[in-house]
Amino acid sequence: MNLWSYLQQHSGDLAGWTWTTVWLAALPLLVGLAIALPLGWLASRLRWTYPPLVTATGILYTIPSLVLFIVLPGLLGTRILDTVNVAVALTAYTVALLVRIVADGLSSVSTTTLSAASAMGYTARQRLFGVQLPIAVPVIGAGLRVAAVSNVSLVSVASIIGVPQLGRMFIDGSNLSTLGPIVDGLIAFVVLALVFDGLILLGIRTLSPWAKQALA
Amino acid sequence: MIRFESVTKRFRGGGIAVDALDLEAPTGKITVLVGPSGCGKTTSLRMVNRMVEPTSGRIWLDDRDTAKVRPATLRRGIGYVIQQAGLFPHRTVVDNVATVPVLLGLPRRDARRQALDLLERVGLPRELGERYPAQLSGGQQQRVGVARALAADPPVMLMDEPFSAVDPVVRAQLQDEFLRLQGELGKTILFVTHDIDEAIKLGDQVAVLRTGGRLAQVATPAELLSHPADAFVAGFVGRDRGYRALGFAAAGELPLAHEPVVTVGDALAATPPRAVDGWALVVDAERRPLGWLAVGGLGEAQLSGPVVEDLLNLGGTLATESGTLREALDAALSSPSGRGVIVDEDGRFAGTVTASEVLTRIERRASVLRQEAIESAAAEVIALQP
Repeated sequence: MNLWSYLQQHSGDLAGWTWTTVWLAALPLLVGLAIALPLGWLASRLRWTYPPLVTATGILYTIPSLVLFIVLPGLLGTRILDTVNVAVALTAYTVALLVRIVADGLSSVSTTTLSAASAMGYTARQRLFGVQLPIAVPVIGAGLRVAAVSNVSLVSVASIIGVPQLGRMFIDGSNLSTLGPIVDGLIAFVVLALVFDGLILLGIRTLSPWAKQALA
Repeated sequence: MIRFESVTKRFRGGGIAVDALDLEAPTGKITVLVGPSGCGKTTSLRMVNRMVEPTSGRIWLDDRDTAKVRPATLRRGIGYVIQQAGLFPHRTVVDNVATVPVLLGLPRRDARRQALDLLERVGLPRELGERYPAQLSGGQQQRVGVARALAADPPVMLMDEPFSAVDPVVRAQLQDEFLRLQGELGKTILFVTHDIDEAIKLGDQVAVLRTGGRLAQVATPAELLSHPADAFVAGFVGRDRGYRALGFAAAGELPLAHEPVVTVGDALAATPPRAVDGWALVVDAERRPLGWLAVGGLGEAQLSGPVVEDLLNLGGTLATESGTLREALDAALSSPSGRGVIVDEDGRFAGTVTASEVLTRIERRASVLRQEAIESAAAEVIALQP
C-alpha cells in the first residue's frame, strides 16, 4: 500500500483525527502550564518546598504513559477508552516537566533586578507579574516547547488504547504489515510537532522582544 | 531632610550591622556614607526606604516617620540608584525611566514623553529610548538608572555605589555630571560608597562609618581631611590627605607671570625668540592653551614649517583663576616648562605660576590656620575654667 492510497481510503477520517490529536496535545499543555505556574512559583518562593515538589513531579514523569492510560480510569472513574484519560495523563506529564522549569526560571531573575523593582515601589504582586514572570518567559517558553513536542508524540501512544486520532495510522500500518500508513503517520506527527514548536516560539518572541539574541 | 534617630539593625544571627546611628542628611545636600565593607553603610541606606527594617530607632523624612508609611508608597517617593543600575532587562530604556510615574498612575504616553526629556537631561540621546538595557554600555546604563530615579521628581534620593561598576574615566565623567545635575536639582541625597576619594569629591557632608556599624565622624570633606577625629578615620582617609585637602582651598589671586605665546599655525621660525628657558606655550586662535613646544629640540629642517599640534608636549594640566590651590600646584608640577598654566573662566590663557609661588601661598594659608587653631583651643580652655 503506498502513501497516497491509505490517505485516500481514510480521507473522511483525517480531519477528525487531526483535530483530536491537536486538542489532545494542546489542551493538556495549557492546563499543565496553568497548574505548573503556581507550583513553580511556590517552589521558587519557599525554598524548602522546592525539593519535594520537584522530586514528586519528577517521579510522575518516570511512570510509563501506557501504564498511566490504563491506571487512570480506575482513579478517575472514567471508561477505559475515554479520551479524558489521555488528556489527564498528558496534563500530568506537562506539570511534571514544567514545575522545575518555572521554579528555576523565576529564581534565575537577578536579585539586583528584583530589589530594584521593590525599591521603585512595586508591591509583591506587581513585581511578580510585571517583572519576574516576564523576565522568566524565555526560560519557561523553552520548557513549554519541550513539553509540546513530547505531548504530540505521546498522543500517538494513546492509539493503542483506542482513541481515534492520527496515531491510528501506526496501528493500521502494523496490522496490515505495510509501511505506507506508518510513514504517513510519521510525517503527520513531525509536521504537527513543528507547528506546535513554531507557534510557541512565535509566542515567546512576541512576549520577549528583548531576548531576541538569547533565543537565536 | 533624612534623620536617623538612634537606629540599630541587629541581624537574626545576632550580628550588629548598624549600631545606634544618629545622623541628619540636610535638605538639598549630598550626604555621603563611607566606610570599609561590613560597616553597615548599605544597610543604613536601605533602612530609609524600608528595604531593611530597623531593629530599633526611627528614621524621619522631614516630619514623617518612615515606619508609619506603607513601604510601596514610601519607595515611590524616594529615588533609588543602585550599583550596575539594576535596570529591567525586559523593558526598553524609556519604559525603564517611566517606571515610577506609571506606578503612580500617570498615563503611559505622558510618562514616556517625560522620560525622553529626562534622558537628555542625563546626557543621553533620545534615540536610545527604544533600546533595551543589554544594548547599552555600562556608563549609559548607569545614566538611565539615574534618570529612572529622577523620573517622579522625588525630593529624596538614595544612591548605593552607583558609579563603582564602571571604568575610572567614565566614573569621573558620571561624577562630574552628577554634581552638575545636583546643582540644578538640589535633591536631598544619601550616597553610599567605599571610595573615600569619591566621598570627598561628591559630599557636602561625609559620614565615616567603622566596622560594626558605628559612626566615626561626620564632617565636611575639608574638615575630614584636615581634622580626622581619630586614628581610624585618619587611616581611612588615607595618604596624601595634606595634598588632597588643598582641593578645598581656593587659590585666591595668584601672582600671574606674563608669558609670550605662539599661536598654532604660526611659522616655527618665529618661536625661538618667544621661548623662555627653551619652552614656548602654544595657544589656539582663541588664546586657549594647547601645549608646550620644546624649541631646543627642533631640527633645522622642521624650523621651516608651521607650528602643528603634533609637536606639542601635552603633559601639563590647566588650572583656572578661580580654582583651588591643588589645581594650581598640580598645573605647576605637571608643566614640562615648570611654569603652571592658569586660564580664565572661558579657558583663555591668563598667565603662569611656578610651584614655589603656589607653595608660598600654601605656607601663608597654613600659618593663618595654625594661628586660628591655637586661638580656638585657647578659647576652649578659658571657657572650661570655672
